[in-house]
Order: sequence, then C-alpha cells, then structure tokens
Amino acid sequence: MATQMKPVDVVLVGFGWAGAIMAQQLCDAGMNVLALERAASRTTPESFATTFDQDELRYMWRHHLFQNVQYSTLTFRNNVNQTALPVRHLGSFLPGTGVGGAGVHWNGQVWRWLETDFKIKSHNEQRYGAAATAGLTVQDMPMTYQELEPYYTEFDKLCGISGKAGNLKGQIQAGGNPFEGPRSAEFPTPPMPMTYAPSLFEKAAAAAGKHPFPHPSANLSTSYVNPLGAQIGACTFCGFCEKFGCGNYSKASPQTAIIPYVMQKSNFELRTECEVLKVEKSSDGKRATGVTYIDSAGQEYFQPANIVILTAYQFHNVHLLLLSGIGKPYDPKTGDGVVGKNYCYQTMSSVNVFFDDKLLNPFIGAGALASVIDDFNGDNFDHTGLGFIGGAYIAALVTGARPIEMVRVPTGVPGWGLDWKKAAAKYFLRNFSISVHGSSYAQRGNYLDLDPTYKDQFGRPMLRMTFDFPENDLKMAEYCTARATEIARAMKPASASPSPRKAPYSIVPYQTTHNVGGTMTGDNPANSVVNRYGQSWDVPNLFVTGAGLFPQNPGYNPTGTLAALAYMAADAIKTHYVKAPGALVQA
Amino acid sequence: MAAEKSSNAINRRKLLALGASAMGSAAAGSAVAAQALSNHDGMLGGPAETIAGTLPWREGAADAPDGEAGLKYLTAAEMAFITAAADRLIPADPTGPSASEAGVPNFIDRQLAGAYGQGQHFYLGGPWPEGTKSQGYQSRFTPAEFYRHAIAEIEAGVGHIHGGKAFKDLSTDDQDKLLHQMESGILKLDGPVKSDAFFTMFLQNVKEGYFSDPIYGGNKNASAWAMIGFPGAHYDYSPWVTRYNEPVPVKPVGLRGRADWSRS
Repeated sequence: MATQMKPVDVVLVGFGWAGAIMAQQLCDAGMNVLALERAASRTTPESFATTFDQDELRYMWRHHLFQNVQYSTLTFRNNVNQTALPVRHLGSFLPGTGVGGAGVHWNGQVWRWLETDFKIKSHNEQRYGAAATAGLTVQDMPMTYQELEPYYTEFDKLCGISGKAGNLKGQIQAGGNPFEGPRSAEFPTPPMPMTYAPSLFEKAAAAAGKHPFPHPSANLSTSYVNPLGAQIGACTFCGFCEKFGCGNYSKASPQTAIIPYVMQKSNFELRTECEVLKVEKSSDGKRATGVTYIDSAGQEYFQPANIVILTAYQFHNVHLLLLSGIGKPYDPKTGDGVVGKNYCYQTMSSVNVFFDDKLLNPFIGAGALASVIDDFNGDNFDHTGLGFIGGAYIAALVTGARPIEMVRVPTGVPGWGLDWKKAAAKYFLRNFSISVHGSSYAQRGNYLDLDPTYKDQFGRPMLRMTFDFPENDLKMAEYCTARATEIARAMKPASASPSPRKAPYSIVPYQTTHNVGGTMTGDNPANSVVNRYGQSWDVPNLFVTGAGLFPQNPGYNPTGTLAALAYMAADAIKTHYVKAPGALVQA
Repeated sequence: MAAEKSSNAINRRKLLALGASAMGSAAAGSAVAAQALSNHDGMLGGPAETIAGTLPWREGAADAPDGEAGLKYLTAAEMAFITAAADRLIPADPTGPSASEAGVPNFIDRQLAGAYGQGQHFYLGGPWPEGTKSQGYQSRFTPAEFYRHAIAEIEAGVGHIHGGKAFKDLSTDDQDKLLHQMESGILKLDGPVKSDAFFTMFLQNVKEGYFSDPIYGGNKNASAWAMIGFPGAHYDYSPWVTRYNEPVPVKPVGLRGRADWSRS
C-alpha cells in the first residue's frame, strides 16, 4: 500500500539540468517544488574531487557516474524484423543517474540551433522541392529561433559560457560563427585559448575559405559569477570533462551553477533514491493527480501534485508516458500515434590526423576546447544535387587524451602486437581527432515503444529502441567527412584516417549520448506529444522537458536547446498556467 | 506479487547502499575495496593494523606492491594463460613494458574478483537468444564467469590440437595464430562462449590494465604512461596551453603520487 504524501504544487521527476532549471524558476515564482531523483546525491567535494577524479578506468570504463544497466536498461534492435535484446553493458551512449544527471559528466559543448533548423521540413521543401524530405518524418518546431533566443541567452548566462558571438543582433562579428542566428548578447566570458591541434585546424580551415571560430564552452576561460551568485572557476585543462565530474568547479553543471542556490530555498525539497514508477491520472484521464514512486528501502509512496513535470532523461520520459498510458503510442506500421515517434540520435564521424613532426600534447584539453567550422552544417551550404539534407559541424576538439580510450594508431596498423605498441608510443602525443558532428533525421521505422519480453526490476516492460541510420544521414556523413578530410590533409600530416559513420548502427562503440525525440513538440495533437511549452496535449497539468521534445536532431549538441526549452516552459507555467490552469495552446 | 516486489526492492536497496558513495562501484562485491571505502569515510571501529615498509595495497586506493600480490580469482593455470596471451597483445621490447611487466595479469585478476568481474554495470537477465553484432554483449555470464568458460574451452582446444600442451607452452607464432583466430571468431569453442566476444573483452581489459592508474595493479610505476608520454593525473596544464610543439617536462604521476615519492 502506497504511503500518501503531503500535496505539493509541482513535482519534478529527475534532477539534472532540466529539473534544476525548473526548480529554480518555479521556486522563485513562489511555488512549492519537490524533486524526486532515482539515485544518490552528488556534490563536487564529495564526488568529483581532484584527488580521485582523474581516473579513466573508474569513470569511463566502470561507468561510475552513468546509469547502471543492472537496474535500468532498455532493449535494442536495428529494425522491426529483428528481436530486440537488452543493452547488457553501456557503450554507444552513457546516460547519467543521480543528482545532476548527465549534466555532471557532459563535455560542456553548448550550441543553438540555426534559424532554419526550426523549420527543417518547410525550409528544405521550399528550397529543394518536396522530394528533399522524402522518406523522412522530419517536422518543423512550433516556435521560431527568435522566440527561443532569450532562453538560450538565459542558459548562457547561467553557465557563463565562453565563446565569441558571430552574429550580434544581426551584425556579423569577426571571429565568431557567421552562420548562427542573431544573439541578443555577447557570450558571458571570452573564448577558451587554443592548444596546438585546434590552432593548426583553424589555420587550415581559414586558408580554405571556411569560417573557423572557438567552440562555445561550459568549461570556462576565466572565473565567473552567475546571476544566481554561483562562482564558476577558470578551467585548468586537465582533460577530464567528458564522462567525469569536474573537481575544479570550472565546468558549468547543475552542481556548480544552480543546485547550491535551489537548495537554500525554503519552498524546495529534494528526495533522492526515489524512483517514479508511474504518473497517476484522474478517473476521466484528463488530469495527472501525482506520481507513484518507490524509495531504495522498497517503500511505495503516492505524491499528489498540481503539476507534474517529467525532467528525467529522454528515455525515461518516453518510458513513463508509455507506462502511464498518456498520449497515443506510435505505430510504425500505420504511422499513427505520437509517443515514441521520431526517435533520433546523432550521426558521429571522425578523421584521425597523425603527424611525424609536431608535438600536439593532446592531454592538455577541455570538453569543449576546439576550433570549429559550421560551413557544412544544417542548410549553411547548397544541397542541390547532393541527395541529402542536414549536415555537421567539423571540429578539432581536444577534450583530453585519456589513454585507454584515446591511444589511436594510423590505418593499417594492427590493433595489438608489437607494431601496435610501437605506433601507440610514436603517435600518442602526435595525433588528434577531428569530430564530424552530424544531424540525425527521423524516419518511419526508428522509434521507441515497450518491449514485449523483457521486464525491468519493478516488473514493468523495458523501453525498446528500434533504430538504424537513415540513408539521408549516411550520405551526409560521407559528404561532411570528406570535407573534414580535405582540411586534415591541408595540415600536411603524415597520415589521416577518415571514418564516416556506416550502417548498421551498433550499440557497442561509444558515439554520443544525444538521444532525442519520442516526446516531440509540435503545433497540434496529431503530430506531437506536447505543445511548444512541453505541455501534454492530453493531460494539461503534465509537462515534459528534455531532448525528447526534438522532432529530429540537428548537427548540434542538445543541452543548449533543451535548457532553453525548459526556461521557455517554466516561463509559461509561472506567467500563464498558474493564473489559468489549462491548455496553454488550443488544439 | 507484493512479496516479489519487496524482494526486488530489497535487492535494489542493498545495491544502491553500496553504490551510493564516492567509492561505490569499487566497493560493491569486494570486501577489500569496502575496507578502503570505510577508510575514506573516516569511519572508526575497523581492525587494528600494523603498516610498515610500504602502504598496503587496497585496489583502487594505493599502488600495487612489487612482486606477486597473490591471486584473488584466477587459478594458477588461468593466470598462466592470461600472462602468455596478454604478452602477445603487448609484447616485450625496448619501446616500453610488456603487458606482464606492467602488471596487467595482476590487474585482470583483481578486476575479475571485484565489482566488474561480478557483473556490476552488466544486465544479465534472460532470455539470452543469440544477438547481432550491433546488439553487443549478450552472454548470461558475468565477466569473471565468461573468462573461466572461455579459458577452459580455449585450453581444451589447444591441448587437443597440440598434444596436451597449454597455451603458454606454444611457440609465439602459434600463440599469435590462435589469437588471430579468436579475434576473427574462426576459433569455434564448445559451449556458449564465442571466441571473438572473449577476445574483444580480453583485449579491452589488457589495454585497461596497461593504461589505467597504477592503483589498479597494472601500469606499474606508470611505465605505460611514460612510454606514450601521458603525464597522468595532473591537475593544471594552464601554463602549457599555448606553448606549441614543446615537450611538457613533467613525469607521469598517478592518483597516489609517484613511486619515488614514497619508496626509497
């Protein structure tokens, strides 16, 4: 029998970036907010101190900060003709768990979508004809870049993002990204300084007529105090960001930027080791009454709330909607239904570059330390005759050089034995990898639903992923990797090894933790799960945040956009919804 | 139904209790590491100890001592296989240490005895049909069990073909030939373990032992880091960021410092 808890105004399911932003915004508006987090509390001095943080084995390979598949996993298959089997060990993606979520172990790469990314379907069809989107189920966002811009800027200020604007209120700025939408403000802190490898890339890209600029970074170039009074320190380039916490308070994360502020609020409460099992509904199904959760002692609780906000990772938000019977599940055979539809990933390719005569010292790094070009992303280039839409940013990213992961050898050198050993010794300090960070567009057969066979620890069906790379995205990867290879060869290296992403998608090698879609936002209930504010079309006191709202994934890291969408939703809840609870957008 | 739910929940509670703290994943399933955890937490009430000569090796908390540390999971025969095979993957030569010179077999033994070997961060529930390559690890076995089955089957095959010899007694050419057959999956093993799946796990574990922090028993005296030029657990490279094409003149250092800081 579930214990009845005292009602709250708002219950948040999950306490990462989106949960922390919602908590801060809604507490400041005077609402009583409770966050339920399935795993443990984590703080910088206790959990990421520099005396034990730089441990590649423990964090990267033993998954210390990641979701533990022993208790929570999903099943996977490439297509509907296969039987999905459990992800028995994390590989391709590394979702977080515990306070701070994946915001603890992110790289800190902060992007905005292009103006045209908000209207992928209409823009591409207008420019290239209706056939441009054939075979894809891409769709426009229910808001413009301009409408989201203030919220992007709010997140930049929260984190103190280091970078250089390329478009300030419509004026193109030297040294920034000339393709980006207009920014209302310059970055809060100056760009990170470049190490040797990105400086070589910058020179080669500029000489080829491209537009290199410093990667926007949540690892800060200088110390910064954010609007909530949190101080974030200058990065020391230890090279342990991605897959690690930051012991130096120099990577903006929920822990450094926002949680210390929220925890002081008398109208906020956080309960850890509490996993939400289901969103409960009223008998007519039109209202969420609260959530049922179980704590680590096995005790069940019912938590009543006026507003329920799903702020967990994308997979779990989709899973909870499916388990709670909210929204119509997507059926790939008929194309009907929306929950689980348009699951997308990120199409990651790379070019490894090896020098004989240059000492690059790639262990000097930071999660977003790069020179990058956006010339081949989105619709920044003419796609006529190319046979695909979308693109990639191309970046000389030097996130560090943790050796178990990053001892690379040139093509043709075997993966073990004496030749491997000699090449590893020769090239470790003399190579780096160019990232080709590509878009992932939706197609009919890629989706999420409930698995018919495998159950989780609570006896609920696991989430099932059906995914392979669409032809469109494979062509994009081929094309953009070839452009990256041209820049690589212009640096006159000893050799360059291009790896354009190929099908089939595999769950094994790490690619990226950019899983999106499944709870997509749109302008009507037939094409989306939630409206522009993340509000459920079916249950108006239920909101969903996160990258699940993306109907497809542009060639950018998702955190900047998912944070902006969370700010926009919070704004709508505190200024409109609380005054007149109900649908914020008429269906 | 209620009983089943609560037994699931109790399992989760126990495991979360172990996984909750900073040293958690090293702690679960390993009494040695749990003791290291309690030291980190400043807990009182542990057994009295006399410490002399060198810091005691608690995996994950201090560097491994020189010489044999004693097997924790592998049998002597399994250790002989691991040592011989690992030294083909990373052989001895003047470039740097071989796998065994760097302590990799010792590392693998400790890993298999600890949380990793016992299946922490692996989902092992059934059913277990054969999967595609894209679906990754689909065994019902923990890594420790997986090693045991694989080595037994490989050695049985070696003995059958080579007149009762063990892998360690083969010529290095024959050893390499077998490793290539395992890598490609051509080597068929009796039982549920596939040779290519084992090879993938083994090569990964060998490289982990070679390049991980010396506190885990491999990468002895940071010798593999010295070979490639990785400085280890340094905290601040700020002065070196824009000094291009220059060597950074620091010696490799692990999380517990350097051997020559504490040993004469």
